[in-house]
Amino acid sequence: MKFVDEYRNPTQAKKILKEIARLCSEITPKDNKPIQIMEVCGGHTHSIFRYGLNQLLPDNLEFVHGPGCPVCVLPRSVVDNCLHIAQHEDVIFTTFGDAMRVPGSSKSLLDLKAEGGDIRMVYSPLDVLAIAKKNPTKRVVFFGLGFETTMPSTALSVMQAQKERIDNFYLFCNHITIIPTIKAVLDSPGMRIDGFLGPGHVSLIIGTRPYDFIADDYRKPLVAAGFEPLDILQSVWMILKQLKNGEAKIENQYSRLVYEEGNVSALSPIQEVFELREFFEWRGLGSINHSGIKINDKYSKFDAEKEFQLKQVTVVDPDVCQCGEVLKGVLKPWECKVFAKECTPETPLGALMTSTEGACSAHYSYGQNIDLINR
Amino acid sequence: MDQKYQGKKITMAHGSGGKASSDLISDIFVATFNNDFLALLEDQARLDMPPGKVALTTDSYVVSPLFFNGGNIGKLAITGTVNDLAVSGAKPLYLTCGFILEEGFPIETLDVIVKSMQEAAEEAGVKVVCGDTKVVEKGSADQIFINTAGVGVIPDGVEIHSTAARVGDKILVNGYIGDHGATIMQSRAELAISADIDSDCQVLNHLVEKILSVSSNVRSLRDATRGGVATVLNEIAKDSKVCMILKEQELPIRVPTRGVCEILGLDPLYLANEGTLVCVVKAEDAALVLAAMRQTKEGKNACIIGEVIDGPKGVVALETLFGGNKIIDKLTGDQLPRIC
Repeated sequence: MKFVDEYRNPTQAKKILKEIARLCSEITPKDNKPIQIMEVCGGHTHSIFRYGLNQLLPDNLEFVHGPGCPVCVLPRSVVDNCLHIAQHEDVIFTTFGDAMRVPGSSKSLLDLKAEGGDIRMVYSPLDVLAIAKKNPTKRVVFFGLGFETTMPSTALSVMQAQKERIDNFYLFCNHITIIPTIKAVLDSPGMRIDGFLGPGHVSLIIGTRPYDFIADDYRKPLVAAGFEPLDILQSVWMILKQLKNGEAKIENQYSRLVYEEGNVSALSPIQEVFELREFFEWRGLGSINHSGIKINDKYSKFDAEKEFQLKQVTVVDPDVCQCGEVLKGVLKPWECKVFAKECTPETPLGALMTSTEGACSAHYSYGQNIDLINR
Repeated sequence: MDQKYQGKKITMAHGSGGKASSDLISDIFVATFNNDFLALLEDQARLDMPPGKVALTTDSYVVSPLFFNGGNIGKLAITGTVNDLAVSGAKPLYLTCGFILEEGFPIETLDVIVKSMQEAAEEAGVKVVCGDTKVVEKGSADQIFINTAGVGVIPDGVEIHSTAARVGDKILVNGYIGDHGATIMQSRAELAISADIDSDCQVLNHLVEKILSVSSNVRSLRDATRGGVATVLNEIAKDSKVCMILKEQELPIRVPTRGVCEILGLDPLYLANEGTLVCVVKAEDAALVLAAMRQTKEGKNACIIGEVIDGPKGVVALETLFGGNKIIDKLTGDQLPRIC
């Protein structure tokens, strides 16, 4: 398949892997600990496991699976609010597929759907406008979530609703923004990450300049990376080269899609419709200032929080959850006390077991037994 | 179809047991399925069974949309049940058929569906020998649901079980995987993607007969329907207490199916098939079985996708293009498209 297979060429991969092994052997490890590279984005985590890349890297190099899975970091209170909205008789509640399985305090949207709630999976928020037009007597709510990747299409839907005067459309906005999140990771105690694989799709929207502080203030390399296996391997190699040379730069491996200045046509609707929240609670990471996004006053009539008078309630994760430590790379998924015991993909306790992109879920599905087979 | 049904819809009267019911049964079902067993219209069919162990199965069909590239709910209701019988090594003989119709369903559409059923039944060499029709109020069902049950006879000496896979065995499939699932995905109206894919919906009993004619070392056969190839292999691995390893580069996946999966973030190994079987066979017979499969129209794209190895019991793994391994686990719930 064109533009796919080229980036999955095993012969090329072997060449890069050889170079990666050589560089790793030339880098002096800190305190005899492995070099840690955090892939911020859940899409990268997915690719790493899908292609088994983690098994092909030298022993002194490890991936830390970061907080960039929007489904995983959804706090329970947000899911509870979704359930509250969706329980109204006159509401059609819509969202993306994998948001439907995330557990709230008592149940998930899928559970409520089974109980008779009109909850529909959509592939684009623009589809929600079509549903709203078709059902003028219903209040049609879109639960918008995700980083900058999914923000433009949500913003455009709100603008389109305004333009077409679709008054029964509402947005429950839970978009989050990447930069404060990376900063929170960098500032966390015990953090010893050596470099970052920058999120490819987010970078496509925001460009690479917003990452400059990572190199300037924290002296860590970041490479904006694509999602195919060769993209990831090349990006790892670029980070290692910087580490070997004692450099800390922001580089762009995903240059076929990502530009330094980002995508202006995608950024302008975001600026038109949204503003930063002062506080936003993350599952596993706690509250991160200015990391959440809400609808601004100009478009407030589409704001589901106002329409349904939602309250910001904090519902903490169970005490036994160690998602925060895993997200920051301090603990490995299998080092968590409840991993694969009380916490499994069927009955997830913590954020990272919830979505297939969550580090724990990925380890649970792909990591078990691999050592036995490799032997 | 009788002119009198043109433009007409199913009403509650068609399920009441009165004249409307009996007319519908004679004009649509008996006329199309056309066999002596059904024509008697007794409360049961009375059958002669050849010697051998009887295989019995049942399945209900609720697919949406009703019509898709390569088939419809009627064809599926025959192929699915025939294939469930066939993978035991049985010769499928007779089917029953129950319809649950939603009030307002067009009778012409019902006729098209029933004709497809008969076409598939003829291809398989089976007869639909008894049936049932119920009508439910509008909103109580989604247009039409079909249940079929089937019986067949397993010839003496044929022993195919999901517990029978052994270390060293080879794993084969008869053709491209995931086409049915990808077809259904892309034919759902809310998805504005179009790909040139047909469902693989087909009867497999002749293929199974061919396989069994060349090898007496077939261990396990499974129809890779819901949950796809990954799920049935997990079941065989668990039942046989063995480990299986597949090679990613050997998996037969059509480009459009791959495309649909790439866009939606799905894995073709978990997509449903309706005419694809997984065959575990003793290594020494693998080439023979492969060649035999390739001589049939259902198996012309057959290939060996992996083998049974000495490893953790009940585990299925995939060797990726890069030589790394990953576990192919059972799905937790449905595959849901990823956000980004």
